[in-house]
Amino acid sequence: MKTFNIGGVHPHDNKQFSAHQPITECPLPKQAIIPLVQHIGAPAQAVVEVGAKVKVGELLAKAGGFVSANIASPVSGTVTKIGDMTDAWGATVPAIYIDVEGDVWSPDIDRSTNLIHQCTLEPKAIIDKIAAAGIVGLGGACFPTHVKLLPPPGKKAEVLIVNGVECEPYLTCDHQLMMEHGEEIMIGIQILKKALGVDRAIIGIENNKKDAIERMTRLANTQFGVEVMPLKLKYPQGGEKQLIDACIGRQVPSGALPIEVGAVVDNVATIYAVYEAVQKNKPLISRVMTVTGKHVEKPGNYLVRFGTPIDDVIALAGGVPAHTGKVIGGGPMMGRAMDHTENMPANKRLSGILFLDEAESQRPEPENCIRCGKCVQACPMGLEPYLLHRLFELENWEEMEKHDVMDCIDCGCCVFTCPAHRPLLDGIRPGKAKVGAILRERAAAAAAAK
Amino acid sequence: MKNFIVAPAPHAHSGDSVRRNMLLVILALLPAYVVAVLQFGCGALITAAISIVACVGCEWLVSRFILKENRNTIGDLSAVLTGLLLAYNLPSNIEWWIVVIGAIVAIGVGKMTFGGLGQNLFNPALVGRVFLLISFPVQMTTWPLPKGMETAYLDAETGATPLALLKQAVKNGGRIADQLPSLHDAFMGAIGGSMGEVCALALIIGGVFLICTRVITWHIPVSIIATVALWAAATGWLGLLPADLTTGNYVAYSLCTGGIMLGAFFMATDYVTSPMTAWGKLIFGVGIGVIVMVIRTWGAYPEGMSFAILIMNACVPLLNKFRPKRFGEPKKA
Repeated sequence: MKTFNIGGVHPHDNKQFSAHQPITECPLPKQAIIPLVQHIGAPAQAVVEVGAKVKVGELLAKAGGFVSANIASPVSGTVTKIGDMTDAWGATVPAIYIDVEGDVWSPDIDRSTNLIHQCTLEPKAIIDKIAAAGIVGLGGACFPTHVKLLPPPGKKAEVLIVNGVECEPYLTCDHQLMMEHGEEIMIGIQILKKALGVDRAIIGIENNKKDAIERMTRLANTQFGVEVMPLKLKYPQGGEKQLIDACIGRQVPSGALPIEVGAVVDNVATIYAVYEAVQKNKPLISRVMTVTGKHVEKPGNYLVRFGTPIDDVIALAGGVPAHTGKVIGGGPMMGRAMDHTENMPANKRLSGILFLDEAESQRPEPENCIRCGKCVQACPMGLEPYLLHRLFELENWEEMEKHDVMDCIDCGCCVFTCPAHRPLLDGIRPGKAKVGAILRERAAAAAAAK
Repeated sequence: MKNFIVAPAPHAHSGDSVRRNMLLVILALLPAYVVAVLQFGCGALITAAISIVACVGCEWLVSRFILKENRNTIGDLSAVLTGLLLAYNLPSNIEWWIVVIGAIVAIGVGKMTFGGLGQNLFNPALVGRVFLLISFPVQMTTWPLPKGMETAYLDAETGATPLALLKQAVKNGGRIADQLPSLHDAFMGAIGGSMGEVCALALIIGGVFLICTRVITWHIPVSIIATVALWAAATGWLGLLPADLTTGNYVAYSLCTGGIMLGAFFMATDYVTSPMTAWGKLIFGVGIGVIVMVIRTWGAYPEGMSFAILIMNACVPLLNKFRPKRFGEPKKA
């Protein structure tokens, strides 16, 4: 069985809590708060005004640039306010507030569950539809999907790699989506293959999801040019570069995009959204998220409209468990800790809500680095985390750049593995931001000199 | 509104700790300790106890009264490990005050002067050992014979070590086979020597345990052992061995006697004083293997493992310049 070739760690997957829980729809909220930044890139620009009546699926905000994404209304009702909101991660972003009235859908959306296999659209039309639907990578990065489908001039995609790895511990939303909507995902794959002009797709799934491997393999056997690749369990296999390495044995060079080695990677949830957008005219208005944790009463996978306060979903799962220390948006390896759960709307990047108890939430006191080299062994990018952290302490940005800090993918393997509990990433992350700023300045200066 | 703990990712940890690694190394050293007690009697018990108590005590005193640190680093067990390793490198019948001096040099000079665990350039136990070897050459090279439990502490009856015999034989020729212990005895530990180094089998068991539990990687022990074996074999192929010693036997004696196994699995692999990357570790191991055989063949001492490791310790900052292979890095043409 294949896997990626450098580093990696084996955290306990803890998926037993919410695995195989059927996707349950979360009821509509009274008020929806829709942030206009739910993707990487420029904020979306509101196209509605206060007082406007909107239906489900109507455009609320349009992409604010090439790398940006549309935002459709996930609810029907009246726009009551357009203004800033501060989310539970501490970021202040523009948002549209809607008082929910009923559940009236835009008439061109096909709400039936009928499978529509045929897609006669041209590649350009498919990509336009994906862009219009506001689809972004639902694996966590939220990179606008249509941008990935438009390779830069001179580059050609050869293979579509479908990310069904879900390497983050605890999360099971992609697993359950494959179990319940495998057919739709297969059609979505064929649509993306057509859009990219490739004849080969590989679905990578880690072998802790044997039923999903079996089911997707059975479905893939009825398809042309789709294969399922079971992968050895290892974090961070769902990282784009790691997955490409695992599936086709090619390593994306430093600073380059996957297209450099002829690959385009999309998550299964993203592909499901592509199916709904292209075949059913349904924009991206909801996603499946996992609510889980060792002490959660009813851990499960919930289909949530964006803008729904996460407290509503948490209530479905039995409420915030007693002795909760941390609430994580996402998984334990890369998810972001939330300060509170109130007034925090579900959004495109929230793949799960994880509750850690007080004991799990404590970071042990760091000790001296014992130079064991385990962080070097664990780093999937082949970096030297101990050294980068030391260089950060010395504020030696030049050496940090030379030691390839920009290649760091934030996966957290170094911190996970460090026996001395050193907060390596707490230094590498700001160091990377600083070096990135220096690089941009240098590029701007070089451009000005020309 | 309830506020929760906010900290940057990751929010999970492997559960590994400095203490756990030290504890596993101590566990891996226990088979050799059992052999030492069986071979050398209560002297092995006493020497190890003195060494550990002296090392831990020294670390506590230095951190408490000289460095004035609030945090107690005794709990990480690294001083216990240094004490045990120092004892393993001493004859079991050595006087207690020599052990204490060794411990003070190991911890005080070898470790705490650099700033404590993680900061030292040289393996502390070996710093202590080499200091004693130079300061007390007679006591440090007067090993008791393995006589089992009857051996009294401070028993003075001693014999020449196999390595000294081998060195003479390779240098001067002549018959040697009847003076050497049997290979079986050398492998099982029924030979004279420092208390922890005599039983190759026990040390290999411990070493394999450390590799399997991922406390250490294979690179350093394998490269040291391979280099020593290759050098010994080359000596035989070049016809430099006495007539009654086959190349195979010379390789086996070179590996099973002296400090090769203890050094390769337990001393050279010390985290703090060994390189961080795979290539660095391999070069480090080869360097140790070469230096130890140079000393054994041409040096003044019959054994050179301690010196070899200390010399290569000094090269570690340089060896750390060997980067790991970056993801996506093109193969060098």
